[in-house]
Amino acid sequence: MAQHQDHHEVDAHTGVSTTGHEWDGIRELNTPLPRWWLGIFYATIVWSVGYWVVYPAWPLITTTTQGVIGYASRNDIARDLALLQQQRASQAAGLTASLEQIKADPSLFRIAMAQGKAVFGDNCAACHGVGGGGAKGYPNLNDDEWLWGGSLGEIHQTLQHGIRVAGDAETRISQMPAFGKDGVLKPAEIRVVANHVRALAGLPTERGVDLAKGPELFATNCAACHGDAGKGNKELGAPNLTDAISLYGMDMASLTETLTNSRAGVMPAWGQRLDPTTVKALTLYVHSLGGGQ
Amino acid sequence: MALQETELGDLPLFAATKKVYPQSVSGRYRRAKWLILGLCLGVYYLLPFLRWDRGPNLPNQAVLADLANARFYFFFIEIWPQEVYYFTGLLIMAAFVLFMMNAVAGRVWCGYLCPQTVWTDLFLTVERFFEGDRRERIKLDEGPWTAGKVWRKTAKHFVWLMIAWWTGGAWVLYFADAPTLVRDLATLQAPFTAYAFIAILTFTTYALAGIMREQVCNYMCPWPRIQAALTDDDALNVTYRYDRGDPRVSVKQAERLRKEGHPAGDCVDCRQCVAVCPTGIDIRDGAQLDCIQCGLCIDACDNVMEKISRPKGLIAYDTDDNVKRRIAGEKPVYNPLRLRTMIYAALILVVGGAMVFQLATRRTIEMSVLHDRSPLFVRLSDGSIRNAYTIRILNKRPDERPVALTVHGLPGVRIEAVGVAATADLRPVVSVAPDSSREVRVLVTLPPDIHPEKTQTITFTAADLFAGERVTATDHFIAP
Ligand code: SF4
Ligand code: SF4
Repeated sequence: MAQHQDHHEVDAHTGVSTTGHEWDGIRELNTPLPRWWLGIFYATIVWSVGYWVVYPAWPLITTTTQGVIGYASRNDIARDLALLQQQRASQAAGLTASLEQIKADPSLFRIAMAQGKAVFGDNCAACHGVGGGGAKGYPNLNDDEWLWGGSLGEIHQTLQHGIRVAGDAETRISQMPAFGKDGVLKPAEIRVVANHVRALAGLPTERGVDLAKGPELFATNCAACHGDAGKGNKELGAPNLTDAISLYGMDMASLTETLTNSRAGVMPAWGQRLDPTTVKALTLYVHSLGGGQ
Repeated sequence: MALQETELGDLPLFAATKKVYPQSVSGRYRRAKWLILGLCLGVYYLLPFLRWDRGPNLPNQAVLADLANARFYFFFIEIWPQEVYYFTGLLIMAAFVLFMMNAVAGRVWCGYLCPQTVWTDLFLTVERFFEGDRRERIKLDEGPWTAGKVWRKTAKHFVWLMIAWWTGGAWVLYFADAPTLVRDLATLQAPFTAYAFIAILTFTTYALAGIMREQVCNYMCPWPRIQAALTDDDALNVTYRYDRGDPRVSVKQAERLRKEGHPAGDCVDCRQCVAVCPTGIDIRDGAQLDCIQCGLCIDACDNVMEKISRPKGLIAYDTDDNVKRRIAGEKPVYNPLRLRTMIYAALILVVGGAMVFQLATRRTIEMSVLHDRSPLFVRLSDGSIRNAYTIRILNKRPDERPVALTVHGLPGVRIEAVGVAATADLRPVVSVAPDSSREVRVLVTLPPDIHPEKTQTITFTAADLFAGERVTATDHFIAP
């Protein structure tokens, strides 16, 4: 307990007077602080007044006092961002080289990767996933199966003009018929085709389905785009039906849905939204994810 | 009590500082202090100019903190930012050495090694050169402002500022190539930070060593408080041996008293010990927080004892317990080797040994592996499973090195690095620039006919293609 005594005693042992404060029998000696210490203390107070004048300090109703040098941390950020943009611009200048040249130049490639990764996160990850892992209906960009081709040029073309973008003359476009909805195939025939496709991919087929009609149905309806053996055609964005990768699923339900109502994924034409060097960086990044050819 | 109170009255809460005028002194401890001062300042001012050849790709300054490239060089040692634990180790050692010093002989650091003490000593020497010794300085300060006083004071402050400026200048030389920076500083082409740091350190050196002096130790430094808690009954401290010194009488009186068979102390109350004390205290009052234990009062008193033909060592490194023992007629006890000091010594050896071991076995090639978070695995068209990793390879050598990557732990597994050529036996070879690191995207593919566990541990090996030095790192291979 702190006690205050009005009369200041003198400590018998040291001969120094006490401050009169006592805590549980322990008394505080009065050792005077040096005056310079007090001076510095006052000086810091005066210094702080300087801050009020120089920097924004006092809150007003809707704003604050601005300070005479007009400092704002917002300006710092604006300056840093401007600097960054300037640096990016000079780096982007390097990205005017061809895709192959950039890929061959380690320092340009590094810039493209950094930029591509950032742009991918902002624009592509929403559908394709953060690492381009894809999902049902959204292609995995890490694997080696490409609907429209996986070379640098093909990827660039796809990114630049998008897929099934109305109004872009060079967009990737094809249309699989909705065999069921349009009455081209009857439900029983769809079931046969679905089973035939599974057989092409080496997957087990349903029991009790007459597969004998499969080849004929496939040849008439599907082979034009997917090829006789179902290996697909990149010119038409027709997927290879025989490999281990599928975009919409190879189970009976998914296949039936695909054959009945068709599928037609879309992707924006990034050339309309991003500048040419950014599209290039994006191309190189996507190409580097693992599937680039 | 009541009487004392009225007599002494209340002390104020604040008081003007009394200026201390330390007198010059000669002797054993003063000599030791000169030696240490010369050594410390010599090293500090000249070390940045020492060269050390590290080959064409690295700086050739023996001691350099290269902030721009995030490297620290100390002779044959080069430290990367992730190796700051060497500094942690050094700091731990420094702490134990300080504890040890304290347990053996008190504030050795304060009295002899502390920059505050060393620079204050230097500044005092300059002061003495221009203004004379204690008595002359007191007289000068009390006297009127004559032309001579103005000249002496101006010259002193000028030289102080020069030393302070050069102290700040030497500091920045540790952060850039010293000869280049000296030239840039002289031609006003050095970076602004260099000038700013020199200005700040000029000010602090001038203020702390020239003006604040003992006030720094008394009011600003935490170490005196810490050391007060570190000392113990066996630690040697600068001690006035009152068993020998008291009662204090003049030389003549002492002679008379001794003749008459009365006790007489050796202290002649000449106050030489107080005059030389850089903090202006009287050691005869016993151990005090203000005493930096520089030993100068020992020298002063020894000189007096020599003059009056009494044995030296009235003030000496000793313990209060020994003084009491002698009064009780017992033998003094000295215990430098006691449990506490031995534990400190052991800890210093352990930490030092660990650091030396770490340094000796330091690898010049390192690797870190980061598995892709998304997607965790990729199925390829032929059914193989592929995992992707980001691998960073560090090359701590001053030459470019080709580093071959291999992977083990799964049968038939293949490794490739994006944009990196491989050897004939399909090991990607990443060439890493001198003294830097490189990040590569690495794809590990498992053939379709192998069905692995959901997660399996695999081991990456990075090996210098020619020198053979290798490191390994493990990570997971994830399958559906
Ligand atoms: S220097 Fe020695 S003799 Fe003189 S006052 Fe101090 S302790 Fe006494
Ligand atoms: S009392 Fe003696 S040892 Fe202590 S600071 Fe003064 S001169 Fe140095």
